[in-house]
Amino acid sequence: MSVSETAGKGDLLALAVEVAGRARDGEQIEAYAARGRDNEIQVFNGDIESLSSAESAGIGIRVVAGNRQGFAYAGSLDPDVVDDALAEARDNAGFATPDEWVGLAEPDGVAAADLDLWRDDLASYPTADKISRALELERAVRAGDPRIRQVDNAGWGDSAFESAVATSTGITSSGRRTTCYLTVFAAAGDGDDTQTGYGYSVGRSPADLDLDEAASDAVERATRLLGATKPASTRLTVVFEPRITSTLLSILAGTLNGEAVLKQRSLFADRLGQSVSVPALTLVDDPTDPETFGAAAHDAEGLATRRNVLIDGGVLQQFLYDTYAGRRAGKASTGSAVRGGFKGRPGPGARALTVVPGTASPEEIYRQVGDGLLVQSVSGIHSGVNPISGDFSVGAEGVLIKDGALDRPVREITIASTLQRMLQGVSAIGSDLTILPSSATGVTLAIDDVSMSGT
Amino acid sequence: MIDGDVVQRVIEGALRSGGDFAEVFAEDRRSSSAQLDDGKIEDLSSGRERGAGIRVVSGETTGFAHTSDLSERGLLEAAKVAAEAARGGGGGVRTVALQRTHPPAPTTVEVAPETVAKAAKVELLRRADEAARATGAAIRQVSAGYGDSRRQILVANSDGVYVTDDQVRTRMSVACVALGDTGMQTGRESVGGTVGFELFSRHQVEELARAAASRALTKLQARPAPSATLPVVIAKGSGGVLFHEACGHGLEADHIAKELSVFAHHMGDTVASPLVTLVDDGTMGPEWGALAVDDEGTPAQRNVLIKDGVLTDYMWDWLRARKEGRPTSGNGRRESYQHLPMVRMTNTYVLGGKDDPDEIVRQTPHGVYVAQLGGGQVNTATGDFVFGTTEAYLIEDGRITEPLRDANLIGNGPEVLRNIDAVGNDFAMGSPGTCGKNGQGVPVGTGQPTLRVSALTVGGTAR
Repeated sequence: MSVSETAGKGDLLALAVEVAGRARDGEQIEAYAARGRDNEIQVFNGDIESLSSAESAGIGIRVVAGNRQGFAYAGSLDPDVVDDALAEARDNAGFATPDEWVGLAEPDGVAAADLDLWRDDLASYPTADKISRALELERAVRAGDPRIRQVDNAGWGDSAFESAVATSTGITSSGRRTTCYLTVFAAAGDGDDTQTGYGYSVGRSPADLDLDEAASDAVERATRLLGATKPASTRLTVVFEPRITSTLLSILAGTLNGEAVLKQRSLFADRLGQSVSVPALTLVDDPTDPETFGAAAHDAEGLATRRNVLIDGGVLQQFLYDTYAGRRAGKASTGSAVRGGFKGRPGPGARALTVVPGTASPEEIYRQVGDGLLVQSVSGIHSGVNPISGDFSVGAEGVLIKDGALDRPVREITIASTLQRMLQGVSAIGSDLTILPSSATGVTLAIDDVSMSGT
Repeated sequence: MIDGDVVQRVIEGALRSGGDFAEVFAEDRRSSSAQLDDGKIEDLSSGRERGAGIRVVSGETTGFAHTSDLSERGLLEAAKVAAEAARGGGGGVRTVALQRTHPPAPTTVEVAPETVAKAAKVELLRRADEAARATGAAIRQVSAGYGDSRRQILVANSDGVYVTDDQVRTRMSVACVALGDTGMQTGRESVGGTVGFELFSRHQVEELARAAASRALTKLQARPAPSATLPVVIAKGSGGVLFHEACGHGLEADHIAKELSVFAHHMGDTVASPLVTLVDDGTMGPEWGALAVDDEGTPAQRNVLIKDGVLTDYMWDWLRARKEGRPTSGNGRRESYQHLPMVRMTNTYVLGGKDDPDEIVRQTPHGVYVAQLGGGQVNTATGDFVFGTTEAYLIEDGRITEPLRDANLIGNGPEVLRNIDAVGNDFAMGSPGTCGKNGQGVPVGTGQPTLRVSALTVGGTAR
């Protein structure tokens, strides 16, 4: 089995344009058509556990008429199904409350970045090679340390995705991208003690993947937690590894969502132009950077993406807007519409949030911190972080920092503060900018005065 | 959805080049939703997805392919891809005799949602908005969501299984934001069931809205939660997620088979306080996780997992049960035809005990009372799990006193199960939930009586 030829992107765009062209007088139509092909291979104990191949396609249609919007989607591009979806979207619009700001994007003259996110060599990469890399990854983790007890979810995945947006207001855009990844989960044991670690590598082409790094990450993360204990509750400086910083930034993105701000659902409403963080912190969302995982030339409404500086030297500069939120705020869209595939309606969101890196290495930051906690993983993000109130409380595991160096591992703790205080408490920003499979990149970040709950 | 003869030819085709087992899972899913936010009906959404997933198992390897083309040609093509993926050796012609069965539905749907006018669905949202805003001037924002879905499935396999099911779910949720001197606070409440629009003759949307609004208003006075290890009392209904995380996932046979669960090798052992009896029950209509058959065509069952503290069974899907030479427990589920089934929970709950709920609080000198829980997360290999509070209070001198800001609680599954030292004689199921595992979400229910854990770490900021 191999990734077969996906149809040219021309026909997705042609379909979207055709559907948008059916707009009647006084009506606007947006059609978003997408098609993806995914392959996933999981190995276990030297054998292939599962091999899945999937192709899916669908369309999401928005209809705006009389300041009212309706939406419908279908998991098929068959003409009769598309006709039904359009009819449903039209019907749905009749039930919405009229809203003067509702409307589709219109061409704004901003040129789209020239991004090449598609790699033909992924399509021709043989299944046998994918299998052997997954098996090699599993072997590498098992061989990585005698204390590795079990390896799970060792696998290969790849995806080829293309989409197109067209509107009756003059938007036409299309894009495509490939991604592939290796992932592995390791459990290390020593006596009754079991600890786990996760490793991965992500790229656009098989050549981008670093199997050794994925393996050693999983091994090191699992083994360095062996012997972890539950420390006493205290307040201390926490140092976030890049993965954790990326998670924090993804949460912050929700507070910088222009629609949430307008609807009084962001802790940053009314803070524009004010200092919300330390002068060393500058936060940018830049999907035009082809290195980022979320890179895209167009947003989900078909406008060109752009580099948006959200926090500059600690001062809140701007929010992320799609067309609706921008109009309502009296501003232009920032090209920040995102959508969860063809089933979702567009809304504002970040694709490539980045803290502009500092100059210190992680080791220099440990020395600067002196005594603190290096956080390796967090849990309960969805249950313990509230981007409206700002309350932040997550489960954590990691390694205590003592006298400027990593000391003993700890587990079954929580770390807690508020997002507001954490931004003001940033005391060091690392130089180790890390691209991660997320809408945010990572960098080592030290934050002062965080509560750690243990015994 | 698909003709029986076609299903049979597709299964036989999937096994033509070998393989031990082949399965067709076809699904036709329609959904509709409506959202009110900021005082406006923002938009209605309708969706339709239809397709089939073909699974071929050969030795230790599972091959899987799916297609949205339900024609015989499309299904045979997917079957070929799945069979190639499973690399079955041997081959030859195998005849499959399908035996159609009709397991009982857990619930009777009285008012099919597709027969209800969209205007009636929208009206529920308006009523909720009005009731929530009338609760207090501090309520600054209200969002309300309505959703229904109808999922028709067909499962057939080379063991002869041939069954269909028609799964209807209806739900509604309200979320409020309140603004006070200390900033903004949120409150949420939701209701749902494997029923149709009659859900709203059993539940008043105004009550739902007022509960969400009161929760946000109460928290305006909340102080930071403690940062300490304390006794925690969990109110009936809301705390089922604790068991879902503390031991539910750890009792799924896939984690057990891979020795990635702290509950592996403990069958017949005492793993919890003798006060704890834990059940997973797919037959429990109209709860959110109820079903007539699971997504492998096995009729739903009531399975006792822990009885009086003793581990009595794990949860099983076809693949894991086959390895152990035992029947599946009806826990093979998948998000959609685009996914492979896995061992999943349905409605998971702890049975009521003997203690008076009020007395449990009175006999707690200092601790935390949790009235509503949010979600949670567990690492089954270490047993460490977290769950978040969305309404909690301090207990001082045996009395529920001040409200607390949201926080996560953290514990270790086996330790927490042993530390349950009081179980109330009340019981309630909680709100509808979505359980995520390996990227797949499925609807689940949870429930429990009022109970106390003698020590849990509360992840607040108050010293």
